[in-house]
Amino acid sequence: MDNTVVSTGTEGKTWGGGNKPLKASYGKMMMWFFIVSDALTFSGFLAAYGFSRFKFIDSWPIADEVFTHVPFFHGNYPMIYVAFMTFVLIMSSVTMVLAVDAGHEMKKAKVTFYMFLTIIGGLIFVGSQAWEWATFIKGDYGAIQTKGGNILQFGEYVEKDGEQIFKRVALRDFAVIDDHKERVQDERKSGLWFTSEGTLPTYTVGEVLNGLEANKNVLVRTQIINEEGHKTVLSRKESLRQIEENGIMVVEGANLHVNEYGTPLFADFFFFITGFHGFHVFSGVVINIIIFFNVIIGTYERRKNYEMVEKVGLYWHFVDLVWVFVFTFFYLV
Amino acid sequence: MADHAHKLEILRGLIKFKSNTQKIWGVLILLTIVTAVEVILGIYKPDALMAPFLGMKILNWIFIILTIVKAYYITWDFMHMRDETKSLRRMVVWTAVFLICYLIFILLLEGGYVFDVYKEGFVKTDF
Repeated sequence: MDNTVVSTGTEGKTWGGGNKPLKASYGKMMMWFFIVSDALTFSGFLAAYGFSRFKFIDSWPIADEVFTHVPFFHGNYPMIYVAFMTFVLIMSSVTMVLAVDAGHEMKKAKVTFYMFLTIIGGLIFVGSQAWEWATFIKGDYGAIQTKGGNILQFGEYVEKDGEQIFKRVALRDFAVIDDHKERVQDERKSGLWFTSEGTLPTYTVGEVLNGLEANKNVLVRTQIINEEGHKTVLSRKESLRQIEENGIMVVEGANLHVNEYGTPLFADFFFFITGFHGFHVFSGVVINIIIFFNVIIGTYERRKNYEMVEKVGLYWHFVDLVWVFVFTFFYLV
Repeated sequence: MADHAHKLEILRGLIKFKSNTQKIWGVLILLTIVTAVEVILGIYKPDALMAPFLGMKILNWIFIILTIVKAYYITWDFMHMRDETKSLRRMVVWTAVFLICYLIFILLLEGGYVFDVYKEGFVKTDF
């Protein structure tokens, strides 16, 4: 039967067939190539974010001012919570690589333990991500959107360590509530059966304007970044003029249409990129759980190798790798 | 699965580890230090690093370089790229690096151009 194989003259050469030139199994190699394509997908998103940011380079929100919350603590802690999330993800990468290492030594109990820790780390990360989203959606200070779609925020100068510092003021702290407000949310039961609208903001532009007039120290801050890298603060007269003439909508928090921190594009990219990454983490956790149970029931013990753990490990590390870049481009730069 | 010998040195042989487990913890310490430096720089933003350099603040260049350092150690040590054959490594890394650099170059250049059009062209944005 030897005659059925045609001699190609490449026998015994590296790519002649019958051996593994890359010294990696098919599954592992394909996991690598999947990772390359997924990395390109994420770079596409991040590069698009960079494009939009360069397009509005002088008015992009400053991340430090957006993500300042830590669960269970009041106050202003920029970056601390994301740094914690980053550390959790790196830590779960470490337990994953320890599981792979234990797999090489065929130690079932150790693999099980480290896989378990990895899953816990992944769940903490996804939970933190959800909290981060909820905080971002809920918003902080509130702002006014202008006719042109720009965001005007409020604040006042306070003295701190002998320096004048611009401190943000929330709408709830200065808006004058109008008790005779007539505007109510349009629901399908209240008017035409086919029209309705979303939840109304807590305050109207009129109430904010009245509050601004009553509080002489409150000033308006625009989106434009000045030469010192801070957002431009308007004079008292200009503040009143801008709100009166251009303000059309009160914005609280962020969604895909409006964003109290600045351009809605920032919120769109935030939801899309961290959401896509969070979905990767979620699917990673699900795959890790499947592998975890396979380890427990002894599938890989019978197979006499734990390479499946290694392949899933590659995916899990990749999720960590992507987060390192998301962290830099969303929170640091 | 006989041959899973790991290369146990990082930083071009400056630090050598005795076992793979030890190397993993070593890399964790390195990544933690790098992340801590990033966060501290991000919170304090030293004035000296705010000067522009090649179109960006020096601080931002530092962040990007530190990120690439972290990415290198995650790929090389956690994903065991250090132990793969040279050809597999190049297929993955060179392809990705080339395409990503190309994409970033094109999109950032275009973004900067659109900014200039908004700023100096005829599109009104301050209404």
